[in-house]
Amino acid sequence: MPVTQLSQQRKFAQRRYVLSGIVVVVAAIYLLKIFFMQVVSDKYKILSDSNVRRVVTIYPARGLILDRKGRKLVANEEAYDLMVIPRQVQNLDTAELCRLLDIDRKTFEARMKKAKDFSRYKASPFVEQIDKETYGFLQEKMYKFQGFYVQNRTLRKYPFPVAAHTLGYVGEVNPGEIAADPYYKMGDYIGKSGLEKFYETQLRGVKGEKIVLVDVFNREKGSFENGKYDKPQKPGLDLETSIDLDLQLLGEKLMQNKRGSIVALEPATGEILAIVSSPAYDPNLLVGRVRGANFNKLSRDPLKPLFNRAIQATYSPGSTFKLINALVGLQTSAITRDSRFSCQGKGSVPIACSHSHYSPLELIGAIEQSCNPYFWGVFRTTLQKTSEGDIHKGYNIWRNHVMSLGFGQAFESDIPNQAKGNIPSSNYYDRYFGPKGWNSLTIRSLSIGQGEILVTPLQLANQAAVIANRGYYFPPHVVRKINGVPTKWPRKQSSIDPRHFETIIEGMYEVFQGASGTARWYRLENIEACGKTGTVQNPHGKDHSLFIAFAPAQKPTIAIAVVVENAGFGATWAVPIASLMMEQYLTGEVKRTELLEKMSNANLL
Amino acid sequence: MNRRDRFSTSFAQADRLLLWIYFILTLVGWLNIYSAVYDESHHSIFDMQVNYGRQLVWILTSYLLVAMVMISDSRFYSTFAYIIYFLVLILLVAVIFIGKEVSGSKSWIQYGAFQIQPAEFAKLSTSLGLAAWLGNIKRRFEDFSTQLVAYLMIFIPAVLILAQKETGSALVFASFILVLYREGMSGLILIIGLVSAVLFVLALLVNKYVLISLIALLLSVGWFYLKRHRKKISIWLVLAAFVVSSVFVFSVDYVFDRVLQPHQKTRINVLLGKEVDLKGAGYNVHQSMIAIGSGGFWGKGYMKGTQTKYNYVPEQSTDFIFCTIGEEWGFVGSLAIIGLYVVLIYRLMQLAERQRTPFSRIYGYCVAVIFFFHMAINIGMTIGLLPVIGIPLPFLSYGGSSMWAFTLLLFIFIKLDAHRHEYV
Repeated sequence: MPVTQLSQQRKFAQRRYVLSGIVVVVAAIYLLKIFFMQVVSDKYKILSDSNVRRVVTIYPARGLILDRKGRKLVANEEAYDLMVIPRQVQNLDTAELCRLLDIDRKTFEARMKKAKDFSRYKASPFVEQIDKETYGFLQEKMYKFQGFYVQNRTLRKYPFPVAAHTLGYVGEVNPGEIAADPYYKMGDYIGKSGLEKFYETQLRGVKGEKIVLVDVFNREKGSFENGKYDKPQKPGLDLETSIDLDLQLLGEKLMQNKRGSIVALEPATGEILAIVSSPAYDPNLLVGRVRGANFNKLSRDPLKPLFNRAIQATYSPGSTFKLINALVGLQTSAITRDSRFSCQGKGSVPIACSHSHYSPLELIGAIEQSCNPYFWGVFRTTLQKTSEGDIHKGYNIWRNHVMSLGFGQAFESDIPNQAKGNIPSSNYYDRYFGPKGWNSLTIRSLSIGQGEILVTPLQLANQAAVIANRGYYFPPHVVRKINGVPTKWPRKQSSIDPRHFETIIEGMYEVFQGASGTARWYRLENIEACGKTGTVQNPHGKDHSLFIAFAPAQKPTIAIAVVVENAGFGATWAVPIASLMMEQYLTGEVKRTELLEKMSNANLL
Repeated sequence: MNRRDRFSTSFAQADRLLLWIYFILTLVGWLNIYSAVYDESHHSIFDMQVNYGRQLVWILTSYLLVAMVMISDSRFYSTFAYIIYFLVLILLVAVIFIGKEVSGSKSWIQYGAFQIQPAEFAKLSTSLGLAAWLGNIKRRFEDFSTQLVAYLMIFIPAVLILAQKETGSALVFASFILVLYREGMSGLILIIGLVSAVLFVLALLVNKYVLISLIALLLSVGWFYLKRHRKKISIWLVLAAFVVSSVFVFSVDYVFDRVLQPHQKTRINVLLGKEVDLKGAGYNVHQSMIAIGSGGFWGKGYMKGTQTKYNYVPEQSTDFIFCTIGEEWGFVGSLAIIGLYVVLIYRLMQLAERQRTPFSRIYGYCVAVIFFFHMAINIGMTIGLLPVIGIPLPFLSYGGSSMWAFTLLLFIFIKLDAHRHEYV
């Protein structure tokens, strides 16, 4: 390396001092500035203390549930939760807070521990659903309780204490529900049953989040970064149900002090007009802080008020099922409307008739008279014709027809937890009697709706609707519009031709309008109705009283099923109740006030 | 020498002080990221869902890189310097086409689950390239061609990075000017650079005509002063200085309005106090200053920072990691961290000077000034002395690419230094 270049190098080597000088100067300036910020000035400490950010969840109002005329069945009510962020709690006057909240020291400490166990940095509910007065007092003193704040919530409110089972109830999410859907956080509410459960995602809306800055005095100073990180809430959607509040109210009144249910449908759409399960409960009992205690009480009640009989109770359909056997018989050409089967009254074999009448009857007369031997004849003939030597084949044909009318399955609709009922399969009989051990005689009870067959009141009402529609139905459902948008349900076609329905409707017509019809005492003024009674034997006491009906006969707008447990003969209880319901729905009022009083005051418990 | 020997000799010869600083900084960095993002709902420190879990992986893989550098042949870096330089240049071009956009800047290359930011490695490759170019004994710095090529080597990657909207990383390339200064560039350029920076700021703050009058006054006072002391100075030079500075002052607005992006303008305006915007652009800095300022002398204690705990400061585990240090460790912690950086930089320069080859020396200086710029820009931003420019604090900020790049940058020098006696 040339000498000049070396000296040059040495000269430039001195520049390292300039460079390290720059580094030191910059570091010194920074440290001075930091020293000033951290040690000299206390501006930042004050700002930091006043800089408490709080994430407030904005709970959207849950969607309303309305009746078919827009009247509120389920509304909302303001409620307040006291929230705590344990890390921010400072200089707390525990005694005063306890006094305001009316809790003791022990409760206070237990709740504080629970909140800390959940998170020291995140808010958790401390006292839920504070009433308005307490909230008022608390609000004035909030500045004393750092780390606490009040969160607005809405609670369910039921202006009319009806249809509790169908509407369902809302409760706090449990750990399982939180694990299943991350949308939910501890303390959130979720629909637990009925419509509240089925339409949970529509009703709940979308939670919002607001970030607010809070100063040392626990006062909100406004939004954080102009609300840049806020999430808007979306209100829940309103449900318009098909329930007719007047009809529902009447139904609940008629069924008081009785066990049983009423289901009324609009046949053309499958919309449920009224759905009553009795004994019922006031849905307002399952709201808010009292929910837990009330729920326990209701679940221990021997009358089982939480049990939704309209969709979960299963009964033998009794004589109402004779219509179904007649339809299958007609469809398989095993009988015609003129077929006759003799009846020896109480001496009939193998099935006796409950009363004596002119014999032999043709089909329409048999329906009107509800003749047991006649329908045994229909059933036997049907199986004989379709079996062609193999009872399995014939029975399966019969069963498929029955199931096409909506029996033996839960409807795919917005009513959760329906019982399926039972239309036994041929396998069932094979297991019970052996593959060659049974024939139509073995299962003869089915001919009159007794035996293994089980149906729900909802399925009975649907049966009335299928007949009213002459062969089709829509799955019975409660909600017809969500925020004004109609819900859609698939039309189900039965395997029976419409003309056969006309035949049995003539018979059902005679039940009301015929001189010896079982419902003739409860005809409607100026309206022709069709129906069929049922009296179901059961091992637990008096017979169940059943009735299905629809009206007006030509263009039916209501189909109804009434079940009154342990009430005796069908015509005595179920018929007048159904008759009053149809009167209310079709005329908008009940003129037979005496009958109404008599029915609603009767105590059959 | 076989690999194993090379590895053990390298570590035996490696500078102890640098090794310790590196180890301490990565550890402190991880502890602070843990504190900044800690949330009781996560438990495992290896949780790859959270920053500290991932950072732990970055740190451990960086230690692997250290081992690889130590095993490597120290001559590899000077031999392949140009190749590395061009390879990264190709990546920088490629990223413009195949890059993945992350929060407004298209600077990531993704391959499966793996993604890197070539800009972070460009500093390393440019250092190597520059060291190879200027370190060639046959080359004389005074030659115009030598300087031109050197400037281009710095300028091209810087522009490519600017095209990816990584302003911070591009700005770091200005640090190489200091290396050129060490190697013989005229000191006047540094002074001109400094004066332009001051003029730029003043032009934004003060009325331009007032500013020009002030310049005229200063120049004439200087001229008379020099004349008095019988120094020869051409009147034309003074006039030229006046004209150039006047043009500069008036072009500031144009540059400010047309070249800078709106968010950059706001950041500068906020810094200069022309805009008060505590909820928008000024928010980060304001919150960051509150965090640091509220730390006090001793700090609030580890994991006890309320500002950071409640997420007041955005990007607190990446660009604003110094907030956590300031808030939780107070002035003592800030002093310690800045002290560590100063010692690191000073030690790098010291070691660079003792190198026998110009390549190693220049490379060492490059490493030193890169760390210096990162430290200065990042901390300057968090304490409100510089506008918000997003670049990481070496070894402390969260991020895999920067962690790896800084580790390679440092350890290649440690490796070169450990083997300095093997060179002629």
